[in-house]
Amino acid sequence: MSHSDDHHHHEHPTGHSHGMYDVDPTHEHPPQPDIEDSALTRFQLTQMAVEELLVEKGILTPDEMRAQLERMDALSPAQGARLVARAWVDEAFRTRLIDNSQTAAAELGLDIGPMPILVMENTPEVHNVIVCTLCSCYPRYLLGFPPDWYKSRSYRSRVVREPRAVLTEFGTGLADGVRIRVHDSNADMRYMVLPMRPAGTDGMDEEALAALVTRDCMIGVTLPRAA
Amino acid sequence: MTESNPYRRHHDMGGFEADPVDTSEHDKAPWEKRVDALMRLLSDDERQLLRVDELRRAIEDLGPDVYDRLSYYERWMSAITQIMLEKKVIGATELGERMARIDAREQAARND
Amino acid sequence: MTNPVFATGDTVRVKALFPPGHVRTPFYCRGKRGRVERVIGPYPNPEQLAYGERAPDALVLYRVTFPQGELWDDYEGDSSDVLELELYETWLEQDEDIA
Repeated sequence: MSHSDDHHHHEHPTGHSHGMYDVDPTHEHPPQPDIEDSALTRFQLTQMAVEELLVEKGILTPDEMRAQLERMDALSPAQGARLVARAWVDEAFRTRLIDNSQTAAAELGLDIGPMPILVMENTPEVHNVIVCTLCSCYPRYLLGFPPDWYKSRSYRSRVVREPRAVLTEFGTGLADGVRIRVHDSNADMRYMVLPMRPAGTDGMDEEALAALVTRDCMIGVTLPRAA
Repeated sequence: MTESNPYRRHHDMGGFEADPVDTSEHDKAPWEKRVDALMRLLSDDERQLLRVDELRRAIEDLGPDVYDRLSYYERWMSAITQIMLEKKVIGATELGERMARIDAREQAARND
Repeated sequence: MTNPVFATGDTVRVKALFPPGHVRTPFYCRGKRGRVERVIGPYPNPEQLAYGERAPDALVLYRVTFPQGELWDDYEGDSSDVLELELYETWLEQDEDIA
C-alpha cells in the first residue's frame, strides 16, 4: 500500500516518512500505515466488516438494513405524546391506557412494540420517574431513542438513591407532600410516565396538548407546561 | 453504600455516587445507527441469531475499565461481534481480513 | 403452567446472593425486604438466555416495591418514597418478619 510521492509526507528524525493519518510524527513508526492509523475507529471497521460478512452469508440484506434504519428514524416521542394527550381529554381512555397500553395504543393505530409498556400515572400525591440501572431499557416504540443522559452512569447511579436531587438538576421541583415512585426497568417490562395535564390548557385540542408533552416528562424528569 | 464491594459487578450501578447529570445530547452517528439495526435484525424472529440477554451478558463481561472507556455503541458492537464469533456465524480470521480490506479501501478513497 | 408462589401484597425478601454472571437483580436490593406490587406472570429466565439456552425455564416475574429507607441508610427524600422493580421468583423468599 503506497502513499508515495507527495506533499503529505514530512521528514522524520529516524528517516521514515509517514502517511497523512499519523497523529504523532515524532514517534517511532514503521513506514507502512497499518490499520491503527485509519480515520475509522476499530469499532466502525468492525461494524462494517460484520455487516458485509453477514450480507455475504445471506443472513441480512442491504434492503433489510435500509428498512430497519428507516423504521428507527420514524420513532420519536410523538407516539407517546399522542397517548398522553388522548388520556388527558378522555377519562375512559386514560383508564384503558393504564390497564393495557398495547390495546389502548392500538385504538390510535400505534404499535407499542414487542415489550409490555406499563404506563405510570402522576397524581397530585405521586410523581413517577423511570430508569434502567443495569443497562438502558427504554420504551422506544413510544419515545424513540433514549437520550445519552438516560444511559449515563450519573443518571443510572443517582436517580434511584437521590431522585429529588436529580430532578432538581433537570429544573424540576415537586410540591410538598408529593411522594416519588422510581421505577427501575430491570427486567421484562418497559415504562412510560403519564404526566398530569398542566394548568392553563383548558379548551386546547388533542393536537395542541400533544405538542406540550415532551420526552423528558414521559421519563419523569420534568413536568409539562402550558407554554 | 460500599463502592468497592468485590461482589458488586461494574454495570450494576444503582446507588453509586456520581457526578451531576450532564443533559447534553449527541445525534447518533450513522455507524451507531447501523449497530443498533444489526442488533435488532439479528435478534428478530426470522433470524434468532442472538438474544438481547446474550449481548447484555457480553457487555457486562467487558470488565470495568473497558466498560467505562468505550462509548455506548462501542460496547454494543463489541458484544455483537463476540456473540457472532461464539456462535460461529463469523470467524475471527475472515473478520480480520475483511476489516483490513475495508480499511485499505477507505484509505484509498480518502487519498483520492 | 407456572403458578405464582407469591401474591400481590405479600412481604418478600430478596435473597442475599452475590453470584458472578448475568443476573437481572440489582445489587442494591439484595437482602432487602419489600412488598409485591403485582404478579406479572411467567417470563423466560434471563440467566439462562444470556448463556445461549433456547428453551429456558419460565419464571414468574413480580413487581416489588421497596420503601427507599429500606434500601439506603442515608435516604434524604420523603419517608413514603418508594423504588419499584421487577424480580424473578427464584430471587425471592417469604419474609417471616411482617411489620
